[in-house]
Amino acid sequence: MITLEHIYWLTGLMMAGVALVNSRDFTNPRRFNNTAFWGIYAITFLIGSHLPDLASGFLVIGMVLVASIRGLGQGKTESTSRAEREASARRWGAKLFIPALTIPFVTVLGTFFFKKITLDGSPLVDVKQATVISLAIATLIALAVGMAMLRPPLSAPIREARRLLDAVGWAAVLPQMLAALGALFAIAGVGNVVSGLAQRWIPLDNPFVVVLTYTMGMAVFTMIMGNAFAAFPVMTAGIGLPLIVQRFGGDPTIMAAIGMLSGFCGTLMTPMAANFNIVPTALLELPDENAVIKVQVPTALLLLAANILLMNFLVFRR
Amino acid sequence: MLTLIGIVIVVIGFVLGMNPLLVVTVAGLATGIASGLGPLAVVAAFGKAFITSRYVAIVWLVLPVIGLLERAGLKERARSVVAGLRAATVSRILLAYFAIRQITAALGLTSLGGHAQMVRPLIAPMAEGAAENQYGELPDRVRHKIRAHAAAVDNIALFFGEDIFIAIGSILLIKGFLDQNGIHVEPTQLAIWAIPTALCAFIIHGTRLLLLDRWLRTELARKQGET
Repeated sequence: MITLEHIYWLTGLMMAGVALVNSRDFTNPRRFNNTAFWGIYAITFLIGSHLPDLASGFLVIGMVLVASIRGLGQGKTESTSRAEREASARRWGAKLFIPALTIPFVTVLGTFFFKKITLDGSPLVDVKQATVISLAIATLIALAVGMAMLRPPLSAPIREARRLLDAVGWAAVLPQMLAALGALFAIAGVGNVVSGLAQRWIPLDNPFVVVLTYTMGMAVFTMIMGNAFAAFPVMTAGIGLPLIVQRFGGDPTIMAAIGMLSGFCGTLMTPMAANFNIVPTALLELPDENAVIKVQVPTALLLLAANILLMNFLVFRR
Repeated sequence: MLTLIGIVIVVIGFVLGMNPLLVVTVAGLATGIASGLGPLAVVAAFGKAFITSRYVAIVWLVLPVIGLLERAGLKERARSVVAGLRAATVSRILLAYFAIRQITAALGLTSLGGHAQMVRPLIAPMAEGAAENQYGELPDRVRHKIRAHAAAVDNIALFFGEDIFIAIGSILLIKGFLDQNGIHVEPTQLAIWAIPTALCAFIIHGTRLLLLDRWLRTELARKQGET
């Protein structure tokens, strides 16, 4: 059976390859920093499941120190020039889209069908992780299609992966780091402290004020945690259920649905949601790492206002 | 109260523009210590949480393919496709992607988009290509704004589309949490009540996208007036 562990091995091999390419790139003055950073990251994928927690912790701290003390660099060589790429684009035409579109196509197909395939009675893939495993398999198929079609040097995929990953830099690890921070916040009970503060300081005897506190609280707490999933249990247990549902007789379904979406408005406005807001600025080579957030803030605020009104009119309608 | 030290560190660190990896690590360690764990126990908890969150990084597996195709001219091709469509404008391309992304997400097909898979290789070059078509070479500021909009479209359409699908993580989280609190709701009901917000998102962001063409026109007309 293909499980998440196998996909981690694959990711680890890719990271190790990126480290190796970096170690031999003399155009990058900080090539050993890059090698160390991606090399340690590779270890966490290859053997992370068997490492003692303390060892993993020190590996992570090692990565952070490498990335923050002297920083990562970037090699200067481009594999092909703009003129070569334009010539190649003319030569291949629309066929270039085939491998690119293979990824989403096979991923979606895989989430439906990989679950149903069985070998000797056990499923081919771990059903609980079908989407992520499908994505990994889809990239392998797309890579095979691309290699067969374009016939580049065998080292091209890993060199190109290195180019893109170094363009993203440490931001590539930030989403995972923030997920770890969320787990520590949960252990420490940060959420209970916050909802306790809200209950103590905000006058909660008017249904509209309660709705306002719950929706805005979802947005603000999501901005702090970077994730609406972390904010939802805290705000709903602290304010939503005791006040909106029990005291004012609101509908729990409507409250929960719109409450979660109010949290998503917060996700659009915070650098803590790094995979949505910071990683794309690196991927798109934008100089301002808040560029995507700035574009999203007007929509997020208008939509939060819409959510407040929607909840106020819908949740108490019985 | 001391448990909130992590939040304070994160806010200060981001405001001062320090390396976010360092800020987050320090915030995590400080939060753990403030909650009464020993230093080694905190490092171990952080390591464990990092290892269990590795699934977040699997999206990077697409980079070898995307890089390979970029090397062969994928972005250039995406631009020239748009150059052949005279009706293509930045607003229309982004609005079309927004609609497709939101509808497919509502059908549970959340993996049809993404910044690494779709926005960088296809959507952003298409939008830039449309603007170049109309206005010629773009100043960097305008180019960067178009790219940021392309990334934002992917996020907003995903967030306010996916909750209409009943088997998505957030719906299951809501159901699980309410079940624990003795309230039993139907996932289909949760999904239905996500629709009003989804429509508002389409109207609000769709309007902003339509205004983008107008912004480009005045912005680039002024630019040409200056030179």
